[in-house]
Amino acid sequence: MEKRVTFRGWLLPVILIAPQVLISAIFFFYPAGQAVYQSLFIPDPFGLSSQFVGLGNFEFVLGDKFYRASFVTTAIFSILVTLCSMIPALFLAATADRLIKGSGVYRTLLIWPYAVAPAVAGVLWLFMFNTRVGVVSWYLGQFGYDWNHVLNGGEAMGLVVVASAWGRISYNFLFFFAALQSVPRSVIEAAAIDGARFWRRFFGIVLPLITPTAFFLLVVNVVYAFFETFGVIHTITSGGPQQSTTILVYKVFADGFIGQDLGSSSAQSVILLFVVGLLTVVQFKYVEKRVHY
Amino acid sequence: MAQKHGMVENRGAGLWLTHAFMIVGVIIIFFPIWLAFVASTVTQPEIVSPPMPLWPGDQFWENYTAALFSGVNVPVATMLVNSLIMAIGISVGKIIISLLSAFAIVYFRFPGRKTFFWMIFVTLMLPVEVRIVPTFEVVANFGMLNSYSGLIFPLIASATATFLFRQFFMTIPDELAEAARVDGARPMRFFIDIVVPMSRTNIAALFVILFIYGWNQYLWPLLITTDPEMNTIVMGIKQMFPSGDDVAEWPVIMATSILAMIPPVIVVVSMQKLFVRGLVDSEK
Repeated sequence: MEKRVTFRGWLLPVILIAPQVLISAIFFFYPAGQAVYQSLFIPDPFGLSSQFVGLGNFEFVLGDKFYRASFVTTAIFSILVTLCSMIPALFLAATADRLIKGSGVYRTLLIWPYAVAPAVAGVLWLFMFNTRVGVVSWYLGQFGYDWNHVLNGGEAMGLVVVASAWGRISYNFLFFFAALQSVPRSVIEAAAIDGARFWRRFFGIVLPLITPTAFFLLVVNVVYAFFETFGVIHTITSGGPQQSTTILVYKVFADGFIGQDLGSSSAQSVILLFVVGLLTVVQFKYVEKRVHY
Repeated sequence: MAQKHGMVENRGAGLWLTHAFMIVGVIIIFFPIWLAFVASTVTQPEIVSPPMPLWPGDQFWENYTAALFSGVNVPVATMLVNSLIMAIGISVGKIIISLLSAFAIVYFRFPGRKTFFWMIFVTLMLPVEVRIVPTFEVVANFGMLNSYSGLIFPLIASATATFLFRQFFMTIPDELAEAARVDGARPMRFFIDIVVPMSRTNIAALFVILFIYGWNQYLWPLLITTDPEMNTIVMGIKQMFPSGDDVAEWPVIMATSILAMIPPVIVVVSMQKLFVRGLVDSEK
């Protein structure tokens, strides 16, 4: 797609794009290039010089059992976050869609959590499940369940999943609700006349019609779980206990800034870069389908 | 809307059940925020001897004044100002540079245009979390640690907004540019008098999204603001937790959490229509 009518000159447009090009070059291309460059070297212990190791850092990282464990952790984490945020959102949207009046009020209330930063969400959930003062953990204790996400890796995972999924319910709700509202009423009414009950209509007719939205949300939520949940993990578990909640993005941070292992951290950045590229391609494919739908 | 559900059952008991389901859903979703609010209005002893009350107490002013004007490391008011500057800097900065470059890409033919376009396109793909270590080094070398420019610039180096504006500019009728050219208007006149006013809904929608994006940043401010005076509120909350065995000052921390969510919630709720539109547009 190109404009037919354009203005003449080349100096003005170059000046116009200069700010974006400069900022991208300094804060994007140069650092990204550095990440690739550093991933091929190992700095000496004093940081004075570095030695070229080719793909050595990648071999080391991919052979590291903690890194491979972090891959598995990230996969489990993102699948759970995606499910825990999409399923409740879909049910809430389907219910709100049945209302003629009042769905606006519910929508206003339900979008609140979206505005809450992941790191703040982390603090809120940490407060509820805090082992000393948490309300939920106290009531669980009354029922004889001894909640301790500081020691129990499974509980820690559960907590970061719920805290990460919480705000995403709002987001998914908005998209599902918009999709449900655009399902033609005549189709649903025809099924109703044929005697199909609500849930039958929902699974048989409505759900297939909104699959494009669902696929789109699936990809977007996985991307979110991969890259935007750092705040939740850092506030609640700091990757622990025993790295059971160390997702890939957290590991880049932990190895690069806490462990000061630049070579390994850069190699991880480059690996993540490929993951992002892959997810972006998938995302564009689905988005394209959605547009043509 | 009125006949939307006309033929499909939704009356009497069914309707009440639907409302009941929604209310339960809203209560569950809201519970964490409610609990934080309650905790911000009671005393420390009420919290540390569980279970804490589930209804607000009478310490609202005490806790919020304590948070705003003394805080733990730094007054929360300072962190709020920092967050506001960062969020507005990111959204306004990104909108301005994107409007300019989208205008150049759509309305001009110049050498290297395609290259620039792809260069911008690539930046769509790499979140700051991934290039975190080298970006930190760049900012440190520029002496931009603990500065607003260090907080803002690395986060506006991405192209989502440029793409949105490009898409929108493509829909502006060619006749308008034609007429401007016939009238002998300079490109920048056309940009300021026609293009920018026509884009105001897109600008507003994008502002909402970018404001929230900027306000909710965590990792980046955590790395580059070592001086508590420069902390943003979202990253500052975690810093309020004591290290070791000391007991956290929960009422003040929870008051800070509430303060941290108020500005983005106001933006989202008051500009709900724009927000939904911005969301849908920016994901396309």
